[in-house]
Amino acid sequence: MKERRTRIPTSTLTTTIRGLDMHIPDGYLGPATCGFFYVVMLPVWALVSKIVKRTLQARQVPLLAISAAFSFVIMMFNLPIPGGTTGHAVGGVLVAILIGPQAACIAITVALVIQALLFGDGGITALGANCFNMAFALPFTGYYVYKLLSYKAAADSKRRVIAAGAAGYIGLNIAALLTGIEFGLQPLLHHTANGQALYCPYGLKLAVPAMAGGHLLLFGWVEAVVTALVVKYLQKQDPSLLAITKQRT
Amino acid sequence: MKTISKLWLGILILVVLSPLGLLLPEHFKAGAAWGEWGAGEVGGLVGYCPRGLEKLSRLWKAPIPDYAFKGWEERGLPHLSFAYIISAVVGITVVVIAALLIGKIFTRK
Repeated sequence: MKERRTRIPTSTLTTTIRGLDMHIPDGYLGPATCGFFYVVMLPVWALVSKIVKRTLQARQVPLLAISAAFSFVIMMFNLPIPGGTTGHAVGGVLVAILIGPQAACIAITVALVIQALLFGDGGITALGANCFNMAFALPFTGYYVYKLLSYKAAADSKRRVIAAGAAGYIGLNIAALLTGIEFGLQPLLHHTANGQALYCPYGLKLAVPAMAGGHLLLFGWVEAVVTALVVKYLQKQDPSLLAITKQRT
Repeated sequence: MKTISKLWLGILILVVLSPLGLLLPEHFKAGAAWGEWGAGEVGGLVGYCPRGLEKLSRLWKAPIPDYAFKGWEERGLPHLSFAYIISAVVGITVVVIAALLIGKIFTRK
């Protein structure tokens, strides 16, 4: 394989190996990738809207709003890997457990759109990709892991709490892995004749471990603990909330 | 208190605590999130600034960039923390209005 001529100093290497986060800014993904993810997300948004339209009850609307607000604010909690970079939980698996993965997709999309437009957190061109990772892959993966692990578990069982934690961990890490792959494909897809990258300059070998590392080590656990604790709290407080998605299916 | 009110209270607590998301990385000297550098930082990291990246990264000027008010960059952490909380309040207000509207449209049978 032809060696790319992107030179990366070793100091950068150590920084990036530790590294993380999932809001892809404008300029990191080339036009082909951006377009691809918008094209993928349009039918996803259409389909989840159709399903939510059929299943959402008026009394669940405040829960949809609270879910979007929760996802928005939890993503502001940047946590450090000391000396390295930062990352955060998304709260998307918890939202999926509460209102179902389809409504979760809508709630997280709303949060991501506002973050991009008002706060420049995540790019406009990368919005399709960011929504694919955090509003689609994350809640759907997490939700089905939760369903699988809590299969036939009693509403107040400990297994349900553990299932929620595991689902949070896996969901967030799937999203981080996808983000790493999307970053890492850019130098292969877009470069000048002399090998300089046009967009994200880091290939798969750097981008995937950088994204996966921090999430496997720290941020995945944060998502797991938040998801499990809130499910545990709701088991005591209001078990009917945990049964909402069950009634529908 | 109804569960939904308790959950809103939880959101409020998260808003008040949100500056931790600013202060903790600062305290542990963690840099920008991987892949969330500005175009200038990338230039420093790779030795050149990818041309497409430089062009596209200027595409959108957010009104409250990075949850901070323009011109407040040098005003220190207390000011930045205040701006962070205001950003959370503004963001959540807009997000909630949008979600309620969508919910209303979807439940109109």
